[in-house]
Amino acid sequence: MILAKTGNEAIAYAMKQINPDVVAAYPITPATEIVQIFSSYVADGIVDTEFIAVESEHSAMSACIAAAASGARAMTATSSQGLALMHEMLFIASGLRLPIVLCVVNRSLSSPLNIHCDHTDSLASRDSGWIQIFCEDAQEAYDTTICAVKIAEKALLPVMITIDGFIISHCMQKIEVLPDEEVKSFIGEYKPNYNLLDVENPITLGPACLPDSFFEHKRAQAEGMNQALTCIEKVFKEYKERFDRELPILEEYQTEDAEVAIICMGSTAGTSKVAVNNLRKKGYRVGLFKLRVFRPIVVKYLQRTLRNIKILGILERMEGLSAFGGPLFNEIRSVLYDEIKRPITVSYVYGLGGREITPEEIEEIFLELLSLKNKKRKSIEKFKYINVR
Amino acid sequence: MKNLKDLLKEEELFSSGHRACAGCGEVLAARQVLLASKKPIVCAMPTGCLEIVSTIFPHTAWQVPMFHSAFENAAATISGIEAAYQVLSRKGKINKKIYFIAFGGDGGTYDIGFQALSGAIERRHSFLYVCTDNQAYMNTGIQRSSATPQFAHTTTSPKGEKLPGKLQPRKDIMEIIIAHEVPYAAQTTVAFFQDLVRKVEKAQSYDGPTFINILVPCPLGWGHLPSLTIEISRLAVETNFWPLYEYENGVYRLTYQPSQSKPLTEWLKLQGRFAHLFEEKNKHLLEEFQKYVNEKYQKLLKKCELSAK
Repeated sequence: MILAKTGNEAIAYAMKQINPDVVAAYPITPATEIVQIFSSYVADGIVDTEFIAVESEHSAMSACIAAAASGARAMTATSSQGLALMHEMLFIASGLRLPIVLCVVNRSLSSPLNIHCDHTDSLASRDSGWIQIFCEDAQEAYDTTICAVKIAEKALLPVMITIDGFIISHCMQKIEVLPDEEVKSFIGEYKPNYNLLDVENPITLGPACLPDSFFEHKRAQAEGMNQALTCIEKVFKEYKERFDRELPILEEYQTEDAEVAIICMGSTAGTSKVAVNNLRKKGYRVGLFKLRVFRPIVVKYLQRTLRNIKILGILERMEGLSAFGGPLFNEIRSVLYDEIKRPITVSYVYGLGGREITPEEIEEIFLELLSLKNKKRKSIEKFKYINVR
Repeated sequence: MKNLKDLLKEEELFSSGHRACAGCGEVLAARQVLLASKKPIVCAMPTGCLEIVSTIFPHTAWQVPMFHSAFENAAATISGIEAAYQVLSRKGKINKKIYFIAFGGDGGTYDIGFQALSGAIERRHSFLYVCTDNQAYMNTGIQRSSATPQFAHTTTSPKGEKLPGKLQPRKDIMEIIIAHEVPYAAQTTVAFFQDLVRKVEKAQSYDGPTFINILVPCPLGWGHLPSLTIEISRLAVETNFWPLYEYENGVYRLTYQPSQSKPLTEWLKLQGRFAHLFEEKNKHLLEEFQKYVNEKYQKLLKKCELSAK
């Protein structure tokens, strides 16, 4: 079925079909609509969900954690400050290996206050032990939300899926949805090994671990993340086999013979495709990598594809404030370090606080990267900003 | 109501072997609440003494499901558990009545967990919230909380050349909870186990959110002998510092009235945290404290009288 949906509506629609047991959420722009729409499904009795309109995002994540630990499938949505307020609980969710799905509508972090898109919120949560999957558009958001439930429960890790605030969350697109019963059968039942409501088999969850055991817990959790990519691959593969929908982990666009390329996440990938097409028409060998899975770091995908590029522009919708670029830049460079043949990398920080990025600006990036071809690696300026005064 | 004999026959759900200090009032409260509670129960607690002494991995003192998540979210946690219970019951995956209890210390209740508690009560989740109130952050080393009484010495409201311990009276958490229009809220302490048991039973006779504030002496934090825990708990009541009362459907009721109130100094003098009040220069503070307790008690009597049906 083809529907016209904004990104937020697409996610809410997927949530309706997932029919989670518990949704605990707190309003925040631009994610509010997701839970607003979802609460109308609750009000109309379309879903069986227990909807908890909590008094903060901290409590939203706390309630989701408690619900998941009680054997319920739990979901929520947030943005920006809300995700920052959840920060403490993100680590507890992953440390307890609870398969919660969180839909993040990317928005900048204060200060200054700004409600528009950049990726600072989810990238700032990068070390919290959550799988993070970025979506380019409403269709990807819909498909990925459904897959996220299954990935989380397979990997026993919480999953964050993201869309760009306003650009995708409030922009109407054509999406193709699956029949309700197909979604239901695809995700199946949530059957955790342990749960708090199993009163015949009482468990103590969340004990204090001293130096004699804490490290082992963290090591085991790290192993969970090490295995996560396999779970993602399996779920995406199954989704493709059943519904003929390709969900890439790292999408390659015109990269086969590309000399220079850019890599980015989220909606900018769509804008970049236009720029690639325009330049290809003029004979330039340029390409695009759209990184979807930010956590775990998809080392083998990045190494296999990026090593053949001469110059790589890393488009980052976050200012890392590190004096050496943001996380995407640093991680991709680190992944490439062991490759004998590796591209020159240039960081382009763009689009902070919802500043637009156009195909023309991306074309300029490509032309600049092409102009660096014969320059010495060390002489190249590494840190660039797009469209900032 | 269960009497002591009945309680002794109950299965201990908070087992021995935990790491609480000798004379700890908090674990007494936990044990008494579990003995008194309807079964089955699922519990939650914030980070704090109770958690640290009872759940050092791989050990646990809890014979019932217990979830410790973070410090400020015991009420949000019990909300999530209770919501899961509601939906899984509707779906036929759970077919029995389960009771929910959240334990929080005064820090996790009056202060950092206060917002989550207010929210959970307003949403009318079905749970009993038990505050084990030892009047300071004991787990981190006796820092003042908003439950710390005026003039008490703590490590962040120390008595000094200039200051006589904490300057402000404690927050009246009971009144704040009652303002949420809960069906049942009560105040009790560990020395009066029958009062405590009865209040747990009453609280659990209501479906909505209910609250019990239990004064739990802390030998380390209050500076008293471990052997005096029960005595100090009793004196808090007999000096009217901690009247035993309940609030049920709009009615305030004293559940115990000392035949003759003892002077506050009887309670204060056993506790190191108030030792400085007995210095000559602080005599007026003792008087001020007694006056405050008297007034507060009179106000409570008035509420009982006015709301009586």
